[in-house]
Amino acid sequence: MCLAVPGKIESIDAADATFRTGRVNFGGIVKTVNLAYVPEAKVGDYVVVHVGFALSIVDEEEAHQVFAFLREAGELEELEAAA
Amino acid sequence: MKYVDEYRDREAAEYFRDAIHKIVTRPWTLMEVCGGQTHSIVKYGIDEMLPGEVELVHGPGCPVCVTPLELIDKAITIASRPDVIFCSFGDMLRVPGSDKDLFMVKSEGGDVRIVYSPLDAVKIAQESPDKEVVFFAVGFETTAPANAMAVHQAKELGVNNFSILVSHVLVPPAIEAVMSSPQCRVQAFLAAGHVCTVMGYNEYLPLAEKYKVPIVVTGFEPLDILQGIYMTVKQLEEGRHEVENQYARSVRREGNPAAQDLVSRVFRVVPRKWRGVGEIPASGLGLTGEYAAYDAETKFSVGNIAVNEPEECISGLVLQGIKKPNECPAFGTRCTPSTRLARRWFRMRAPARRTIATGAMPHGRPEVLR
Repeated sequence: MCLAVPGKIESIDAADATFRTGRVNFGGIVKTVNLAYVPEAKVGDYVVVHVGFALSIVDEEEAHQVFAFLREAGELEELEAAA
Repeated sequence: MKYVDEYRDREAAEYFRDAIHKIVTRPWTLMEVCGGQTHSIVKYGIDEMLPGEVELVHGPGCPVCVTPLELIDKAITIASRPDVIFCSFGDMLRVPGSDKDLFMVKSEGGDVRIVYSPLDAVKIAQESPDKEVVFFAVGFETTAPANAMAVHQAKELGVNNFSILVSHVLVPPAIEAVMSSPQCRVQAFLAAGHVCTVMGYNEYLPLAEKYKVPIVVTGFEPLDILQGIYMTVKQLEEGRHEVENQYARSVRREGNPAAQDLVSRVFRVVPRKWRGVGEIPASGLGLTGEYAAYDAETKFSVGNIAVNEPEECISGLVLQGIKKPNECPAFGTRCTPSTRLARRWFRMRAPARRTIATGAMPHGRPEVLR
């Protein structure tokens, strides 16, 4: 029930804030999602969706942090090994 | 799927596993608050990748598990009415009330429907003007914006045959309840990434300070959880107790202000009963006066239903990480997956279920999913 899944906004239906929706693609499955809580979201953005509501826009830069962490740690190890 | 598959990479996971093994020097007990994280931990075998020093205790973060018996009885009373279409997330239908569950109500002819979103229930109400449509609004902070919007849209659209049975609970009071127990052995928390996507993590700063516990806001994919555990263990080893954010691709410090605005307009903070734990002050949500007409408890006069939990059930202690399910005297005898006292059975991993059948204990300890 607490599952939230990232998907890509394909289109947005203009409506007032409460009823604003978009078509969101989850790896091939497209669903209508309420976008009231991500007023700044635009077509092409990835949003985290829970029970039909987008709760956040995925921050692309932050998304790479996990891997940047691994890379940096790997480089550090190489330095240590060389020392 | 982008933002999913790359966080399930085996090589990267093994790197984090090795990093955790490298920094740990003594035993630590961590609690992952959210059932979604417990699900990932068990599904991907993360608990079995960890060094013996790191123990994961599965926290109270499952709204299905903490919904008190009397609220299920209220749901069953409402759903049994011939004039009602009762809508719910699927998880709630097997949760036992005093005499039956919602699936049994359905099999007896009640109109009980599983929906994906509370907005589906609003739509059913629009299409069925001669029926009363009730949505079982269960959840933590993650689900509150969806339920708030359903009620708000119903009001805007003038859909008066819609109401919600509210069972909303909040995470920080639960952490406070766990930490203030004299038997508490939890030393750090993985906070729930989607709860914090809505609420941000400012409210965790005083908790980390007061109880001197590291709190790391953590996502749900295997790499997220492994990195969250790494960050937590690192803090413990270094004697720090800070709030850190592992899940920054979704969680902002201040959360989602638009969602918080509507939640605070539709809901107010109220005391709530937690299954097995009892009442925790200021630990849940109820409807505000502006939306009181959408409160199913009042509409169907079920507010006076009060039921006590079975005395021997220790699910409250299990929720707090103090006991394991198999320490319960009723485990596997009076409480089994088909005749259960506690709903924690729903989340029991398969090997633990097999334990009951074979008498063997494959992992030495039955685990609980969600």
